[in-house]
Amino acid sequence: MVRYEGMVVISLHVNGENREVAVRPADLLLTVLREQLGLTAAKPGCLNGDCGACTVIVDGWPVKSCLMLAVEAEGHTILTVEGLGGTAAVHRAFVDANAFQCGYCTPGFLMVCHALMTRHPAMPGESVVEEWLASNLCRCTSYQEIRSAVERMYAP
Amino acid sequence: MIPFNFVYYRPDSLGAAAEVYEKLRREGVSAVYYAGGSEIITMCRAGAIEPRAVIDIKRIPECMILSPGDRRMTIGSACTLSQIGESRMFPLLALSCGRIADHTNQCRITLGGNLCGSIQYRETSLPLLLSDADISLYGPEGARDVPFHSVFDGYMRLKPGELVVAVHVPVWALTAQCAHMKKTANEKIDYPLVSVAAVWRDGCLRIAFSGVCAFPFRSQAIESVLNDRTMTRGERAQRAACLLPAPVTSDAEGSGEYRLFVFRNTIDEILEGWENGTL
Amino acid sequence: MNTAVGKSVRRKEAWDKVTGRAKYTDDFPIAGVLSARLLTSAHAHARIRGIDISGALALEGVKAVLTGADCPELFGPLTRDRPALARDVARYAGEPVALAVAQDDYTAERAVRLIRVEYEPLPISLTPSQSLARGAPLIHAQVNGYRKNAPDIHPEPGTNIAGRYRIRKGDSGNALRRCNTVVRQRFFLPPSDHMAMEVRTARAEISSGGDVIITTSSQSPYSVRNELSEAFLIPAGKIQVRVPFVGGGFGGKASVMPEILAFLASRRVGGKPVRLTMPREQDMAAAPGRIGLEADITLGASKDGLIHAAELTYWLDCGAYTDISPYMTKAIAVDCTGPYHVENLSCDALCVYTNHTYATSYRSFAHESYTYCIERTLDMLADRCALDPLELRIRNAIRPGSLTPTQVECTAALTGNLTECLNRVRQLSQWNGGIATPIKKDTVRAMGVSCFWKTENPPTDAISGALVTCNPDGSVNLHTGVVEMGDAGQTHLAQMFAEKLKIDTDKVHVVMPVDTRTAPEHWKTVASLTEYMAGHAVVRAADDMLCQLRAIGSQALGCPAEEIEVAHGRLYSIKNPERFIALKDIVRGYKSATGESIGEPVLGRGGYMLKGLVMLDPETGEGRTGPQWTLGAQVVEVEADRKTCTYRILSASTVIDIGALLNPESMRSMLAGGMAMGISMASREAFSYDAGGIPRLPNLRTYKIMHIGQEPDYRVDFVETPDCASPYGVRSYAEHGIIGMPAALGNALSSAFGRQLNTLPLTPETIWRTRAEDVHDTL
Repeated sequence: MVRYEGMVVISLHVNGENREVAVRPADLLLTVLREQLGLTAAKPGCLNGDCGACTVIVDGWPVKSCLMLAVEAEGHTILTVEGLGGTAAVHRAFVDANAFQCGYCTPGFLMVCHALMTRHPAMPGESVVEEWLASNLCRCTSYQEIRSAVERMYAP
Repeated sequence: MIPFNFVYYRPDSLGAAAEVYEKLRREGVSAVYYAGGSEIITMCRAGAIEPRAVIDIKRIPECMILSPGDRRMTIGSACTLSQIGESRMFPLLALSCGRIADHTNQCRITLGGNLCGSIQYRETSLPLLLSDADISLYGPEGARDVPFHSVFDGYMRLKPGELVVAVHVPVWALTAQCAHMKKTANEKIDYPLVSVAAVWRDGCLRIAFSGVCAFPFRSQAIESVLNDRTMTRGERAQRAACLLPAPVTSDAEGSGEYRLFVFRNTIDEILEGWENGTL
Repeated sequence: MNTAVGKSVRRKEAWDKVTGRAKYTDDFPIAGVLSARLLTSAHAHARIRGIDISGALALEGVKAVLTGADCPELFGPLTRDRPALARDVARYAGEPVALAVAQDDYTAERAVRLIRVEYEPLPISLTPSQSLARGAPLIHAQVNGYRKNAPDIHPEPGTNIAGRYRIRKGDSGNALRRCNTVVRQRFFLPPSDHMAMEVRTARAEISSGGDVIITTSSQSPYSVRNELSEAFLIPAGKIQVRVPFVGGGFGGKASVMPEILAFLASRRVGGKPVRLTMPREQDMAAAPGRIGLEADITLGASKDGLIHAAELTYWLDCGAYTDISPYMTKAIAVDCTGPYHVENLSCDALCVYTNHTYATSYRSFAHESYTYCIERTLDMLADRCALDPLELRIRNAIRPGSLTPTQVECTAALTGNLTECLNRVRQLSQWNGGIATPIKKDTVRAMGVSCFWKTENPPTDAISGALVTCNPDGSVNLHTGVVEMGDAGQTHLAQMFAEKLKIDTDKVHVVMPVDTRTAPEHWKTVASLTEYMAGHAVVRAADDMLCQLRAIGSQALGCPAEEIEVAHGRLYSIKNPERFIALKDIVRGYKSATGESIGEPVLGRGGYMLKGLVMLDPETGEGRTGPQWTLGAQVVEVEADRKTCTYRILSASTVIDIGALLNPESMRSMLAGGMAMGISMASREAFSYDAGGIPRLPNLRTYKIMHIGQEPDYRVDFVETPDCASPYGVRSYAEHGIIGMPAALGNALSSAFGRQLNTLPLTPETIWRTRAEDVHDTL
C-alpha cells in the first residue's frame, strides 16, 4: 500500500518523459506542472473545476488538473499543450478559425478538443462536441469560432 | 491550493483500506475515503474540511468493477460518471450521470463520491432508489450487502469507517422505460432547481427528485398521486407539490416559490410525455 | 490596392497562444518569490474593533502581516477615497483587511486563516435608492474630504452622492406637456462581474537602488506607475511597470489594486519579490466589478412616434469606493438618450455609494446599462404609437445637424450613419416587425431591436506614442504602450504601419509585452481607443521614418526627396523605378558602392495627444468629451415557452458603422465576442447578495457565464462611414458589440412574454416573477 507523508518524491510521466518531482500529498497536479516543471500552459482560472483553463489529458481523458492531486497522477500518462509539440491538428485549427482572443482559456480548450479527437477519431455529432466543450469557459470569443475550430480540426 | 497537509494512502484491497481507516480512527486522525476527489479538494481549499488523512480507493479492484451480470449489474463505487455513461448499460443512470457537473468533471467524479458527497444533490441516487438496487459496503466489521434504500434516506447512512464498494442493479431496471429531466436557473451546466428521474414498472410510474428539497428523495405518496389517472395532469402536479417530504429549497439558484413552479411544470412534462408516449 | 489595411491579417501572437508559449503574469518562475494572500471583510459594513495577527506571525515561514494601520495612503483615479487595506471601517464584504506575506502560497494562506478580526456591524445600504433615502447610513462620513485628481467631480456633503452630472438642452418640461404620448419607466439593474479568465495578479520588488519593479496583469501600466508615484511620493521614473500577455480585461484590469498591495508587501519585506494572485472568489468579491444602475426614464412623443422630450435620471451603484465611477456617470450623461434626435432634454446622472463591492470600468463604460433603460422605454413608446419598433428608431435616428446631449453637432464623419445600420440590420436579422409569432402550443418567436452609440471620456490630455526601430532584414520593430489582452490592437497597429510603408504586415514585428521604461506612454488600453490614439502615433512614426528614408534616399540616389517612393521593401525614384535600394540596405544608414556612408540609422517616432476635448459645462453639460462616436443597431431573436417562462436565444445580429474595416475577421470576432458577453450578462449574470450584503458563493460554480451550446447564431455586418479625423477612417469598436445586447434581448423577451421586463438578468425566474407580480397587480 502506498503511503505518502510530508514531502515525497514521485515520478510523473509527462509529455512522453518521466519527471521526478518533490510534492506534498496535498499538492495539486496543476501546481506541480506549473511551478515545478515549468509547464505553464495549463492555467489556474478558478481552482474549483468550473472553468477548464487547467485541463490536461490523463490516460486519454480530459482532466481538470486543479481537481487532481499530483500523487494521484503517479503511474498515469499526462499530456499538456506543450506535449503536443505544435504539430497537432488542433493548433492550426484554432489559429485558422481565430478561435481565441486573450488566449488564457485556449490551452484548456485545445486539450479538450485533442482528447475529443483521440476518443472520437471521426467527428461526432454536435451534441457530443457541445457536451465535451461545455466543460470550459471562454469570456472573449462568441464560441462560434471555437466550433469552427473543431470542424477544421476534423477536416483540415 | 490546499493550505494544510494530509497523509495519502493508496490501499490495494478493501481489507487494507478499512484497516488503515480503523487505525487512524484509534489514533484520533480524521480520515476520508477519496475517489474522484473533486468535492474533497474543493472543500479542502475552501476550508470547509481539514482531513489529516486521505485514503484513495481507486486501486481497489472491487471498487472498479463495471460489469453486467445474469441477475444484476454491478457498478463499482470508483467508476467515473463518464465510464458509466459510455458503458450504456444502465440508461437511466447514464442519463443522470450525463447531467452532473460537466463532461470533463464526469471523467473524474465517481459514483461513490457523488452518493457520499456533501453537496445536496447526489443525483446518482435517484436511479438507484427507483430500481430496487442493492449496495455493497465494506468496513472494519467486514462486508455487507443491503438494499440501497435501507442505507440512503437522502444521505448515505454508513457506519464509521465503512465505504461504498459497489451497487447492484436488477436486470429489469436496465431495460425499463425511463425518463430523466434536469431544470436549471438558465445555464445548462449548473446545479438543478429540479432533477427528476422516472421509471415505469408494470405500467406504474416510480419517481424520485433532487434539488427540490435539501436532499434527494423518492416519495411513494407522490407516486400514488401521479399514478392516479382520475385526476388531470395539472391536479396531480399540484397535489404532488403539497407532498414534499421537507421544505422546498430556496437559494441563489432559485427561490422556493419558483422551484415549486418548476417542479409542477416538470411533473406535468413527464406526465404529458407518458400520456402521449413521447418520452 | 491596400498592402495591409483591410485584410484579415492573423493576430501576431496566434501561434504563441496555441502552443502554450504565451506568458501571462503568473507564468514566470516563482523560485525566490514570496507569496501574499488577502484576508477580506466578512461584513458589508462594519467598524473594525481590532485585528489580532499574533497567531499568523507566529507561523513558521510568515514574513509579515500588514493591516490598515500600516498604510495610511488613499487611492483612486479620480477621488482618493479607498485605502489599500480597510482602516477602522470596512465598507463592503470582500474588502481587503489584512495581507499576509510568506515564503509560499500555502503558508500565506494558513497565516490568513489565523488572523482574528473583531467587527462591529454597521447599518448597510445595498442600492442607490436605499443610499439616498432619509436616514441612510453614510458610507463615507465626509464625502468631500478626499483629495480629488480631477476638477469636475463634486461629491455632495452629508449624502452618499459621490458625483453628479447634469444635461440641460431645450425645455423638456414644456415639451413633455405638449406631447400626446408620454411613457415613464423605472429600471433596476444589479451589479455583475467582468470575469476575465485570468484573475488579477501582480508581482512587486524594490531594487537596492530603490527602483520599484511591478509585473502585473493590467490594462493600464502607466496608471499603475502614476498612482504609485503619487500615493507613495516615489518619482515616476523610479517605477518600472511590466505587462506581459493579459488574460482578458474588459475594463476590470484598468483599476490599480493588486499592484498597490504587492508593492506594500514587498516594501514591508525589504523589497524582496512578492506575488499576489487573487483567488477567483476574491477576484470577484474584493476586486472591482460592474456597476449597478437604477433609472427613471420619461420619453415624450407625438402620435407619429417622433420624440420631442426626454427627462432622465440615472443613479449608479458605484459600491463602496468611486474608482472611475464618477466618469462612468459622466459617460452616461454624455450619451444619455442613445443615438436619437431629442431636442428637449433634461438628464441627471448621480454616482451613489453603497455597501457593494466597488465598481470600475466594464466593457463599454456603463453604456450597456443605460442603453437597456432607454431602449426598453423606446419599445414601450413604439407600442403606444402602434409603430414597428425598428421604424420608430429610424424616425428618431440621429442625423447630420442633430445636437448630441452635450450639444455637439453631428456630422456623418463624426457620428456615422444610424439609418443605414438600422436598414441593414433589418435584412441581416430578417426582422419581423417586432411582433411575437406563435410557433406551437405555448411557444412563440419574438425579436427585439436596440441601437447603440458611444463616445469616449478620456482625460482631455490623454497621450499615446510609437517608436520604430529597424532590423538588418528590412523589417521593423514597433513599440507601443498598448497591452495585448485579446483585442488584436497591436496587430492592427502593425497593419497601419505596414500600409504606410507599403510593406507586408509580417515585416512589422510588434513588441507584445509593455514595459513603461521602454515603450512610449499610452494612456490606458481602454475605451476602444487603441486604433484611434496609438494609430495616430503609429502613422506619425511611419511618416517620420519615411521622411528620414527619403532624405537618405535622395542623397544615395541623387534625386530630390519628393521624388522618392517607398514601397514593397524598396526605395526608388518615381522617375526611374528600376534603380532602387532595398530597405534592408538603407534602414541602418546607407553604404554606397564606394564604401561612403550616407545618412543615419532610421528611427521612427510618433507622439499623439488628444485635442479639442473639454470639461462639461456644470449647468448644461455642454461640451465634447471624446474624439468620435461609433453607433450601430442590434437585433436578438428568441423562442420562448410561455408556460415555463424559459427561452432559447436563436440569433443575435449587429450592424455597426465602423468607419473603415481595418481587419474584417478580427473586428468581426471582437464584435461577436462583445455580443456574447452581453447576452451572457443579460441572461444569467448578477452578483447574488444575502440580506446582510454578503455575496453568496462568489465563484464560477454559481455565478454562471454562458457555456458553449447555449449561444445563438451571431451575425455581424459593417457600415463604413469614415471618420476623416481618424487613422484610415476607423472608429472605436472593440467594446461595442455588448452595448445593445441586453436591451435587444429584453425587448425580445418583453414581446415574447407580453410583460415589461425592466430588470436584469433575464432569467426564467425573473420573467416568472414579473408575470406573477403583474397578475397580483391586476387582482
